[in-house]
Amino acid sequence: MAWQWFHRLGSPRWFYEKTSRWLVWFAPLTIALLLIGLIWGLAFAPIDAKQGNSYRIIFIHMPAAVLSLVGYYIMAIAGGVGLIWRMKLPFMVMQAAAPIGAALTILTLATGSLWGYPTWGTFWEWDARNIFMLVLLFLYLGIVVLGKVYPVRDAADKACAILALVGTVNVPIIYKSVDWWYSLHQPASIKFTGASSIHPSMLYPLLLCIVAYYCFYTLSLILYTRREVLVREARTQWVGELVGAPNNGDKSGGERHA
Amino acid sequence: MHPVRKQRLIVVLAIVLLSSVAVGLLVFALRENINLFYPPAKFSADEVPRNVRLRAGGCVEPGSVVRDDESLKIRFVLVDNTGQLTVQYEGILPDLFAEGEAAVVNGMWQDDDVFYADQVLAKHDETYMPPEVAEAMGNGEEHQATCEVVDYGS
Repeated sequence: MAWQWFHRLGSPRWFYEKTSRWLVWFAPLTIALLLIGLIWGLAFAPIDAKQGNSYRIIFIHMPAAVLSLVGYYIMAIAGGVGLIWRMKLPFMVMQAAAPIGAALTILTLATGSLWGYPTWGTFWEWDARNIFMLVLLFLYLGIVVLGKVYPVRDAADKACAILALVGTVNVPIIYKSVDWWYSLHQPASIKFTGASSIHPSMLYPLLLCIVAYYCFYTLSLILYTRREVLVREARTQWVGELVGAPNNGDKSGGERHA
Repeated sequence: MHPVRKQRLIVVLAIVLLSSVAVGLLVFALRENINLFYPPAKFSADEVPRNVRLRAGGCVEPGSVVRDDESLKIRFVLVDNTGQLTVQYEGILPDLFAEGEAAVVNGMWQDDDVFYADQVLAKHDETYMPPEVAEAMGNGEEHQATCEVVDYGS
């Protein structure tokens, strides 16, 4: 019986109703953090001694890269939980995480390209990190597509979860690629152990941007999962009552429109 | 935990573990090919094929950059701790190309021991600081972190 709380967490209806209350304050908080972080970084942080203003793209590029990697783990873990416990909600989270992760990966690649041109001298180089980041994008896109092509929902979820789990090996490779091989991409500036090689006047806005991106990711994941919940549970009574549709041919729908 | 779920958990862990081992072995086998460039030490040791398109990367030795007066031709020496490589290039250099900074060049190493590059990329490091701080630290003469360990003696 110790696992009962866990199964309650897996109820789509419980999730939908809880998040409805959270979103009221979480969405404004996220937007505020994002605005403060980006304005601080892009307008008020000092210029870099060597790169001048072009380094500022780090405030968009680096948090997007972090979340595209963290988001992959979230998607894979959700898929794994769904496989093990056969719960509905984790699969919905997994499906919701794929397009968000793909968008963040595209943002990372695009901003990296824009940063690379003035500093490296090229928009794209077949660098280890670039290549594996591209692989990550294809994994995300693969899961988005795989989730759509299967006619049976259950089979699609299982296939996506397995692909997501297999793809997790790519995440540490991306993270360590600049240390393992000779590459054009610079190593990490923020280190878990030891001093960071980025001046505090730039580090604080960067950390704020990372926090803001985490919130933004969570917000997007909640919104996408809520959409997924509504689509998949469209035939249940509680969703019918929620959207005010005439579930059993009653008149409640008409009243909402009036 | 229910035995069926425990079994599925083991299967999930096995999927992750086995695919990691498979990809890990693959990447280990291809490790030389994943390197973007050869370091100067490999050139000095003559372990690099000649007359083949490849990339070399290292630190631009301070004082080694010689520019041609009439054209965009430039000659410089890439170094690391044990090797050095003379590079010749004609064209526009990226803004961050400088002596004491890292660079990656794309081209051919020919029989006269000169690397004829048709592309020069600047490799910037992971330190970011305002200009005032940089000046206070080393009068703006600071070499980048990756090149600090290189011994420029000789």
